[in-house]
Amino acid sequence: MNKELTKHLAPGHSTCAGCGIPAIVRTVLDATDDLVVVVSVTGCLEVTSTLYPYSAWKVPFIHSAFENGGATAAGIDGALKALRKRNKIPAEKKIKVVVFAGDGGTYDIGLQSLSGALERGHDFLYVCYDNEAYMNTGGQRSGATPFGADTETTPAGKKSFGKKEKRKDLMSIVIAHHIKYAAQANVAYLPDLAKKAKKALELEGPRFLLVLQPCTNLWKYATSEYVRIGKLATETNFWPLYEYENGVYKINWATEKPKPIEEFLKTQGRFKHLFRPGGEKVIAEMQKEVDEDWKRLVNLVEV
Amino acid sequence: MNWENIEEGAIITHDIKKSPHTGDWRYMKPQVDKKSCIGCGQCFSFCPEACIDYDSERKADIDYEICKGCGVCATVCPQHAIKMAKNT
Repeated sequence: MNKELTKHLAPGHSTCAGCGIPAIVRTVLDATDDLVVVVSVTGCLEVTSTLYPYSAWKVPFIHSAFENGGATAAGIDGALKALRKRNKIPAEKKIKVVVFAGDGGTYDIGLQSLSGALERGHDFLYVCYDNEAYMNTGGQRSGATPFGADTETTPAGKKSFGKKEKRKDLMSIVIAHHIKYAAQANVAYLPDLAKKAKKALELEGPRFLLVLQPCTNLWKYATSEYVRIGKLATETNFWPLYEYENGVYKINWATEKPKPIEEFLKTQGRFKHLFRPGGEKVIAEMQKEVDEDWKRLVNLVEV
Repeated sequence: MNWENIEEGAIITHDIKKSPHTGDWRYMKPQVDKKSCIGCGQCFSFCPEACIDYDSERKADIDYEICKGCGVCATVCPQHAIKMAKNT
């Protein structure tokens, strides 16, 4: 056991072998020396780290229902402010509120409470680990599931090629709340994630991190591959790394020759059907979307 | 009245030693070749369990009590010093 890395989250929790979520949690929480209060909404992280009667958390932890991660963080922030006003907490004692939520609890079910908390300007960091479907319940589609993916509720077969809709652009939704800092990161680039978490934790007001988290079980790949697949997602421009700070966009990783999207798709079982006859059209459309999204992002940086 | 005066309801205590060990999940066992390990620490942060640490010679040392045997350490190792073998 690595004592340095397990200051906040103990090992021995029951995340699947080869899951990157604990690496995200450790990297984000290790980015600050201040005290933290962790909020976790229902999702993979919550059910695996708090199996009754044990808990993997070494920091104050509160579990809230699926839809109110933002509201719970807002409540804690309000309570801390009230206690400070009554001098129950010394002014020099800094306490950070960090929310960990999956893509279901952020993109779909928790969007209203996240939006409310961002708009009211509460002081908290919201980290969304995006594994692109409801993985905890067996892989149903979510707002984050990419176009063409085979999931339990959008199965690929003779008449369907998987999900027909495009993924929600959550970063734009979050940035539209005029917040100070929002960033898109990837678990395969931990130093980049650590840098962004440090920057975010030092600021005040609402901050947002969106982290890609490949899921070994339901993206359907070998348990040892999460780092390689995460890297491919960024190298194909499927998941660009960028940050937004005070109105300025900045791309953190770019290449002159992005790899074709096939290289990312063929590593995973959820896109296997696209490599059968007839799938070329869907892949061509995905490539077009990725290129368009990248162009849009580059334009935002240059404006 | 404050919380200190509230009567204790029930406290459930558990013996941590009797808790399940994730080391039991493993069917492939990572083994570090200490000669080729350069102690870069790349595998430490990527290991989902954070079960790898330095040994006395600053080489990677795996805690098999909690290692789930996923094999991430073997894929991220720049020296290919970690090999997966059947758990015996």
